[in-house]
Amino acid sequence: MSALLEIRGLEVVFDGFRALGGVDLTVEQGELRFLIGPNGAGKTTLIDVVTGLTRPASGTVRFAGTELGGLREHKIVRLGIGRTFQTSVVFEELTVVENLDLAAGFRRPLPTLLRQRRGVSDTVAAALDTIGLGDLADRPAGVLSHGQRQWLEIGMLIAQKPRLLLLDEPVAGMSRDERDRTGELLTEIARDHTVVVVEHDMEFLRRYASQVTVLHEGKVLVEGDVATVQADPRVQEVYLGRTKKEAA
Amino acid sequence: MSARLRGYALFAGVAALFLVVAPLALPAFRLDELAKYLCFAIAALGIGLAWGQGGMLTLGQGVFFGLGGYAMGMYLKLHDAGGDLPDFMVWSGVDKLPALWKPFGNPVFALAAVVVVPVVIATLLGVLVFRQRVRGAYFAILTQALAAAFVILLVGQQGLTGGTNGLTNFYDFFGQDPEADSTQRTTYFVTAIVLGVLYLLARQLVKSRFGRLLVAVRDGEDRVRFLGYNPATVKTITFAISAGMAGIAGALFVPVVGIISPSLLDVVPSLELVVAVAIGGRYTLAGAVLGAVAMNYAKTSFSEQWADGWLYLEGALFIGVMTLAPRGAVGVYEQVRDAIARRRKPVPAPPTASEVPA
Repeated sequence: MSALLEIRGLEVVFDGFRALGGVDLTVEQGELRFLIGPNGAGKTTLIDVVTGLTRPASGTVRFAGTELGGLREHKIVRLGIGRTFQTSVVFEELTVVENLDLAAGFRRPLPTLLRQRRGVSDTVAAALDTIGLGDLADRPAGVLSHGQRQWLEIGMLIAQKPRLLLLDEPVAGMSRDERDRTGELLTEIARDHTVVVVEHDMEFLRRYASQVTVLHEGKVLVEGDVATVQADPRVQEVYLGRTKKEAA
Repeated sequence: MSARLRGYALFAGVAALFLVVAPLALPAFRLDELAKYLCFAIAALGIGLAWGQGGMLTLGQGVFFGLGGYAMGMYLKLHDAGGDLPDFMVWSGVDKLPALWKPFGNPVFALAAVVVVPVVIATLLGVLVFRQRVRGAYFAILTQALAAAFVILLVGQQGLTGGTNGLTNFYDFFGQDPEADSTQRTTYFVTAIVLGVLYLLARQLVKSRFGRLLVAVRDGEDRVRFLGYNPATVKTITFAISAGMAGIAGALFVPVVGIISPSLLDVVPSLELVVAVAIGGRYTLAGAVLGAVAMNYAKTSFSEQWADGWLYLEGALFIGVMTLAPRGAVGVYEQVRDAIARRRKPVPAPPTASEVPA
C-alpha cells in the first residue's frame, strides 16, 4: 500500500475566515475513507482544494507523487481525480447515455470527437449497468428524479475511470430506499476504486464506513475506524453527541 | 418514415425549392434579393452554432462578416484598377498602394483570407476571453464593443478602407459583369449551394460528440471542467467556426449586392442578425437560417411600404418571442406538432421517476 493522496499543512482562508487551518490527510490506494464533521468544518472546502476549485493559502496536495498546486480543474481530472457535487449537475438536454459517453470521452483526441457516437461503448455500458439506469438510457437526463441524478453522476464518475473518487454528500436529500441503493453502489465501487466520501448522514456512515476522518473547525479532530471514532469523547462532544441528543 | 429519413427529405425539398423553383419563378431582381437573404442566413448559421448550441451570445458578427467582405472587395478593387490605384485611393490622395493591400491582388490569397482572417481573429479573441472565463452578458458586451470599434477604425482610415462609403463600384467579377442577370444568377446559385453545404457540415458538427460537448458547455460550463475537458477550447473552436461562416457570408455579399461598407457591419446589423436567429429559433440550425431569410424578406417588403416602421415591428417581434416563445418559430412549430401527435395517438406518458424501478 502506498499513499495515493497526501495532504500536508493545508490552509484555506476566505476573506479572513480560516476554512481550513493546517489539515494533514493521507489516503492509501484502495481505501474507502469517510470525511465527516459538523457544518462549516471544511469538508467540502478540502475536496474543492484537491480538485482545483479553491486555491489554498498554504500547504501541499500530492496525488500519486504529483504536486497539484496551481493546476487547473480539467488537468487534475486528467490526472485521475473525479468528483461529484452536493447538488448534482447532469446535462438535462442530453440523454443518460450521452452524459455517460461525455464523461468517458475526455481521453479521446479532439479530432475523433467530430464523429458521431455509434452505439454504446463498453465503459458506458458497464457504468450504466452499475448504476442501474439501463431502462432510461435514451431518455434526457432532465426527466430523472433527484436520486437517479445522483446515481447518474456516480456513473459518470465511474465512466471517467479515475484513480480517486471524491463524493460530496451522495445521499443528501435521498429517501431511505435511495440511500440503501446508494450504499450498495458505494460498496461495489469501493471494491476496485479509492474513494473519499464527504457525509453528513450518521446512519449511513455507521453502515458503510470503515475508515473515518473527523474534521472540526478546519482541523482534523480524530482519525480511525468507525468504532474508535464513535467512542472518542471529543467527537461525541462536537458532533456525534449532538446528533444523538437530537435523535433522542 | 424514420426521423432521419424525414430530415433528409425535408432538406432535399428545401434545396429543390431554392435551386429549382426560386430561379424559375423569381425575376432577376428578386432572385438577387433572395441571394442577399441567403448571405445573412450563412452568418445566422454561425450564430446558431455559437449562441444556440454553445451559449455564446455574439453581438459582433458584423466584424467577421466585414472582414470577409473587405477581403473580397479589396481583391475586386485591385483587379478593376489593373495595376493602378483603386479609384477611392486616388480621391483620398493616396499615392502608393498600402502594404496591407498588396497580397489581396492575388485571388487565391483573397479567397483564403475570407475564411482565415476571421477564424484567426476569433481564435485569438477566444483564447484571451474564454480562458479568463468571460461569459454571458460580459462576452456579449465585449463583442458588441468590438463591432463598434471596428466601424470606427474603418471609417477613420479613409485612404485604406474607403471610409464611410466602403468598397463599391465593381466592374469585373471573375471575368463577369457583376450587374448582368447571368452573373447574378450564378452568384445566387453559389450562395445557395454554399449555404446548403455549410448547413450540412454544421448539422454534422452538432450531432457529433463535439456537438454534445458543446451543449454540455452551454448548460454547465463548470461541470464540464470536472469531466476533464477544457471548456475554453470547445468555445474557442466553435466561435472560430462561426466567425469563418460570417466571413464567407460577407464575401458572398459583395458580388450579390455590389458593396461592402461600415454601415453593413455596424452594431445594429449585427444585432439584427441575432434578433432574426432568436425569432427563427436559436436552438436549431434550421431555425437560425429560417429566421434570417424570413426576417430579411419581411424587412425588405415592409420597408417598401413604410420604411420607418420596420424597426418598431422588429423590436416588438423580438420582445414578443423572447417573452412568449423563447424557442422561436421552430419551437412553436414543435409544440404544435407534438400536441397534434398526442391528440391523434395518445401515447403513454413518459415514465415518471417514481414508476421507474431503480
